Amino acid sequence: MADSKLIVTPAPHLRGNIDTPTLMRDVVIALLPACVAGVYFFGVPALISLVSGVVGCVGAELVFEKLSKKPVTIGDWSAVVTGLLVAMVLPPHVPAWIVVLSGVFAIGIVKLLFGGLGYNVFNPALAGRAFATAAWSALATTGYVWPASIEGAAWARGIDAVTSATPLTMLKMGEIGGTSMSRFYMPLFLGNVAGSLGETSALALLIGAVYLLWRTHISLRIPMSYIITVAVVTALYGQDPLFHVLSGGLILGAFFMATDYVTSPINAKGQIIFGIGCGILTSLIRLFGGYPEGVAYSILIMNAAVPMIDRFARPKRFGEVKARA
Amino acid sequence: MLYCQAARRVRPVSSLGVAYKGVRCMPRGSFRGGIHPPENKSSTSGLPIVAAQQPSKVVVLLNMGTSGALSSMVARGDSVLRGQKIADPVGRMGVPSYSPVSGKVTAIGAARTGLGTLDQAITIEPDGQDTLDESCVPVENVDKLSQAEIVSIIREAGIVGMGGAQFPTHVKLTLPQDARVDTLLINGAECEPYLTADHRLMVERPRDVVRGTQILMKAIGVDRAVIGVEDNKPDAVEALRRAIAEATAGGAVEVAAVRTHYPQGSEKHLIKSVLGREVPPGRLPFHVGVVVNNVGTAVAVADRFDRGLPLIERVVTVTGSGVAKPSNIMMKIGTPAIELIEQCGGFAGDPGKIIFGGPMMGAAVPAADVPTTKGTSGILVLDRAESRSVEPMPCIRCGRCVESCPMRLEPALLHQWCEAKLWNEAEAYHALDCIECGVCSYECPSRRNLVQAIKYAKAEIGARRRAARERGDK
Repeated sequence: MADSKLIVTPAPHLRGNIDTPTLMRDVVIALLPACVAGVYFFGVPALISLVSGVVGCVGAELVFEKLSKKPVTIGDWSAVVTGLLVAMVLPPHVPAWIVVLSGVFAIGIVKLLFGGLGYNVFNPALAGRAFATAAWSALATTGYVWPASIEGAAWARGIDAVTSATPLTMLKMGEIGGTSMSRFYMPLFLGNVAGSLGETSALALLIGAVYLLWRTHISLRIPMSYIITVAVVTALYGQDPLFHVLSGGLILGAFFMATDYVTSPINAKGQIIFGIGCGILTSLIRLFGGYPEGVAYSILIMNAAVPMIDRFARPKRFGEVKARA
Repeated sequence: MLYCQAARRVRPVSSLGVAYKGVRCMPRGSFRGGIHPPENKSSTSGLPIVAAQQPSKVVVLLNMGTSGALSSMVARGDSVLRGQKIADPVGRMGVPSYSPVSGKVTAIGAARTGLGTLDQAITIEPDGQDTLDESCVPVENVDKLSQAEIVSIIREAGIVGMGGAQFPTHVKLTLPQDARVDTLLINGAECEPYLTADHRLMVERPRDVVRGTQILMKAIGVDRAVIGVEDNKPDAVEALRRAIAEATAGGAVEVAAVRTHYPQGSEKHLIKSVLGREVPPGRLPFHVGVVVNNVGTAVAVADRFDRGLPLIERVVTVTGSGVAKPSNIMMKIGTPAIELIEQCGGFAGDPGKIIFGGPMMGAAVPAADVPTTKGTSGILVLDRAESRSVEPMPCIRCGRCVESCPMRLEPALLHQWCEAKLWNEAEAYHALDCIECGVCSYECPSRRNLVQAIKYAKAEIGARRRAARERGDK
């Protein structure tokens, strides 16, 4: 008889086939098109940046966990995701050591000090970017370059000699604007403009987003409420909404950063509130703030509001709606 | 939401259609949330129910869970006949038990159960004759009986819910004075993967399903019944509709094919799918005018009225990767699991887990020789590789559990409250609404034991409520 060897565990005895490492690896896969686009437009420095981000994040997780004698969790792929994102939200020509240190900050301080995977309050990659821009403001903001392509060069030449300004900076400075914005749509969509490494190509980002949607890892609730809110608010203020949607880090932020599971609300209602909140903050910073771009800070501020949103935006449970009968 | 609108009104049988050979049935009832795990039914769904071999012993438990304890009416050494009453309930919720075999009582005492507990039980060694007790006679003139008389016959026959929960049927049928019930819903969803016991009953004994349904309709005084079947069983739908067409007497019985989607067999969700009604939190089906019974229960009722048999047999699906020849068996209730597995060619390979019921809600039993009960719808044997459990990882708040919870709860947060022992929070987040279907644990990418934590929270909340009541009494 096999009695003594029988396993007794609580139900259910079947589990689905998606586990956390699979999820994280799928996010890495979804980020690859935008990484490739970044390297295509910005050259070898972009590739060095991406590698530095991953090395910084995975290395930090390994070292800190070894030092604190905790189980090493680099196998769950989450540090790789953070590493890619840290590089993607920084300018492409930032010195590699800044990217590495931003990654170390993102993992060591923002993630592990708060308890590791699942416990961090803020999106690690965005906090890493905030850290870099605060600590080396000059370095981290002058790394923007225009891709060496004809459209980009022509666009830049026609406007100013300073080639490091992003389209949103130009808008803020009043160098572009008005009614003739539609000529910018195509370069912004394809990505041959100045910007952070992984944010310029809406096309590449959307390919990755479609993959995540197809795998049902994310829903459209946060990205759509975020993007639509930005479009509506900027349109109400009399600016070109499509220009605002395509430029800066909105697509990257809406699909890959605001949807970060750990730092976004857990139910549908909360997710829509979160997306709208991000959209309003981003629009306000872009329209009235001191910075040309506001995606990173908007998401970080809304991250802090997540526990409150989770508490007050609650789903209607089964049977609750139909109480009228 | 669209589904609910479509299913709000139950169509007449003729327009209901059948999900047959790719033709989809409309309206296709469903609900929000839930999952569609691999069905794993094909190894037994086509196999006719076979009779069980004579067991070497049967063990009749004297603790029936929901319906409480029983006291034995026989002593060690007594001879008993098949269908002879051997134990009477102590409480009002309980139902009596009958001997499934003719033979000799060899022991009355503690026996190991499938739940891992030691409970009082009557052990009977069969004489192989299966001599029927003379008390087992069919009921004549059912039409002339009052509702209360029918309910009392059902109670006396030892009938409990055959879907697995073993909730006493007579309690479900005894409605409060002010209850307005208009529909009897017969649960033929069988949404648990692997199990095909109800499926085979509907295919092979549709007349008895319909007959039992009609008796149950009389018992609660309604003239409309719907049999809800998942649309992965088109042959069952077809068989039931033929049986209904042939049936002469009784009120209107319909068949509704509903979407194959776990947990369709949860009574609240089947009501939603078939009738479009949502049972409010903390309420029972009769609050929305419905009484739900399992198809197996309907057959047990028909067996009592037409064949005179109390509940001493049931269909069990013996299946899984760890069984050599999976089968559907009409077993004598109380047969040790191992004997049924042996009838199916024994173990295939190294058994890792033996589960009573289905893989989603069934209980892993501690030993192969524990006795089956009235609620054992399946004996699922998983081989060692399939039984391996994985270490849970931290919650990443992905929300898959929230997205898929058919009660629209937030399992991840409930788990968090449970870990922190914040029972008031767990109650405020509606832990008591949980139907324990296991969808959250199935979906969790971090392999966390979500439903287990919620069950724990429910037990804690219940204990605290009871304690508070007792303090109030003093």
